[in-house]
Amino acid sequence: MSQLLLDVNGLTMRFGGLVAVDGVNLKVKNRQIVSVIGPNGAGKTTVFNCLSGFYIPTEGSVMLKNEQIAGLKDYQISRKGLVRTFQHVRLFQKMTVIENMLVAQHRHLNTNLISGLFKTPNYRRLEKDAMNHAIHWLEEVDLLEFANREAGNLSYGQQRRLEIARCMVTQPELLMLDEPAAGLNPNETKELDELIIKLRDEHEISVLLIEHDMSLVMGISDHIYVISQGAPLAQGNADEIKNNPDVIKAYLGEE
Amino acid sequence: MTTNKFYNAIFAAGITLILACLMIGVKLDTSGTQLAVKGATTAQWTWIGGGIAIVFLSQLFTNQIDALFRMIPKPSISTMLPEEKKMATLKPWLIAGAIVIMVIWPFMVSRGSVDLATLTLIYIMLGLGLNIVVGLAGLLDLGFVAFYAVGAYTYALLSQYFGLSFWVCLPISAGMAALFGFILGFPVLRLRGDYLAIVTLGFGEIIRILLNNWTEVTGGPSGISGIAKPTLFGLEFTRKAKGGEDAMTFHDYFNLDYSSSYKVIFLYLIAILLVCIVIYVINRLMRMPIGRAWEALREDEIACRSLGLNRTAIKLSAFTLGASTAGFAGAFFSARQGFISPESFIFIESAIILAIVVLGGMGSQMGIILAAIVMTILPELAREFSEYRMLLFGLLMVLMMRWRPDGLIPTKRPQLELKQ
Ligand SMILES: Nc1ncnc2c1ncn2[C@@H]1O[C@H](COP(=O)(O)OP(=O)(O)O)[C@@H](O)[C@H]1O
Ligand SMILES: [Mg+2]
Repeated sequence: MSQLLLDVNGLTMRFGGLVAVDGVNLKVKNRQIVSVIGPNGAGKTTVFNCLSGFYIPTEGSVMLKNEQIAGLKDYQISRKGLVRTFQHVRLFQKMTVIENMLVAQHRHLNTNLISGLFKTPNYRRLEKDAMNHAIHWLEEVDLLEFANREAGNLSYGQQRRLEIARCMVTQPELLMLDEPAAGLNPNETKELDELIIKLRDEHEISVLLIEHDMSLVMGISDHIYVISQGAPLAQGNADEIKNNPDVIKAYLGEE
Repeated sequence: MTTNKFYNAIFAAGITLILACLMIGVKLDTSGTQLAVKGATTAQWTWIGGGIAIVFLSQLFTNQIDALFRMIPKPSISTMLPEEKKMATLKPWLIAGAIVIMVIWPFMVSRGSVDLATLTLIYIMLGLGLNIVVGLAGLLDLGFVAFYAVGAYTYALLSQYFGLSFWVCLPISAGMAALFGFILGFPVLRLRGDYLAIVTLGFGEIIRILLNNWTEVTGGPSGISGIAKPTLFGLEFTRKAKGGEDAMTFHDYFNLDYSSSYKVIFLYLIAILLVCIVIYVINRLMRMPIGRAWEALREDEIACRSLGLNRTAIKLSAFTLGASTAGFAGAFFSARQGFISPESFIFIESAIILAIVVLGGMGSQMGIILAAIVMTILPELAREFSEYRMLLFGLLMVLMMRWRPDGLIPTKRPQLELKQ
């Protein structure tokens, strides 16, 4: 029986007079891929910003594993196992790929200063674990050969994959991807598709996905939410969404 | 394009003319009780004319000049060194050799050189400290000298009022400076870039003005004098022991004739010791999670937050550790000088330390050491031109930034061993 991992109710975000998100509800169960779709400016990224603590939602509750996280600080939320990527790649450009992976494990590595200064056995062990963990995830996303390269020098597709790997070393339970396929070529999109499915099936995490590539969304989502102008418009599985007249009118009809 | 360049050149020449006329062309002179305006001599006017011509031409031909600069070879340290594997085995020997040379060297040269070297070592410490804040964490700090002042005054006051020894005060000074770094860190957490620079600049001035005006404690503008020199396990380096009944001097203890160069060399050796400690600690920090977090914060603050890094803690730790290094240097400075006053902690000091960090290559330790040496030795060599020291200084910076915009030794990313 799969459990409820994330439960969002009545999420509302106002910027002055502008209601960017208006009463959005979301449910994500364990080991599920859930997508949020909607036209540009619908408020999808704003929803992510609210969930991940970058904005404090004006109204509504965000329950992660039955614990209220709305109002917590961004870093506190990510430590609870909810980690995100960004619509525009945000890597530590001038640092190497492996350093990017190590920074993400800061919390697991963060022993006191003294043990680090004198390289105590405990510190060495933690550092070795972090290194192995990083190597493992670089292998998963096929970037190990670039480990000592500066992240900014990778190709766009590689940067996208590194961003996902960097999230994964933090050991999240819910990974939120904001338009991960934007700017990828069809080949890379297919790889991404496989990677996301692998995250769910092998690594047993849930993925909350914002994406414009409809074939990707329809192909992998267990459940889909549609929002339009900040408000929920429809939800259901891929077939239900494809045949929903409101959705066709508001969103798919556009294309 | 070319006409644009031409106007630009005319404009720059015009500005130079105006500035030169105001600053060199006319002078106020006292003749008896009256002030008289005096024009420059013909020779001076020729110089001004020459200067304007140079500005005009250099603006007109910037592209060609840049091309020339690009033709100057840039020796890269990495190509001069043996390959990485060999380097790893050689490194301990090189470091040991360097330390031995540094320790023997003062016994063979003049007192003045040793003194200058000690000063250089102080600037190396300051540069390394500021590098944490500016080079690694990417927080532009224009008031770094404040922490240096805090360290210096902490030792001076503790020594004067409570008679505490240098070695006891050294960690206390570093701690006090760290505390001030922490206090400054809080209000500026949300600031970045220019705003941060302005606030830190203000902080530096506040500390200096405070020291100037709190006369009862700090002695105000006249400063604090007679600060005790460091001792070697209780042995003093003065001609006569001052520290009470059982105090002993170094030369008495070892049955030597008194010589003031023992003291100078001793101070130099302490500075070497302190610099070694600072280099080791910061080098470790840079390779530790905290050092990587500083750099990550510089690269992308938002990504840091999304990965569970607490930016408040990271920024504060950068400020605190950077400041404590300056406090360390400050305590040593006041012990070496024996006299400090707010005059020693003016803004230009902050600027010099920042110049060392930028010149060194923002982040690379070797670069900063080299830059500190350049920045302290060059002004000494250019003593004859002391009037034009700042001018030369500026010229050097401009040329350097044209030739090596990434600093003397640009940072090289550590290559990590991947084998499991
Ligand atoms: N910080 C903000 N301040 C004001 N308006 C914002 C802010 N963030 C987002 N918005 C507005 O919210 C709306 C939704 O934006 P966004 O969530 O980025 O849309 P989407 O990701 O679905 O394309 C837009 O109209 C945008 O202008
Ligand atoms: Mg968006």
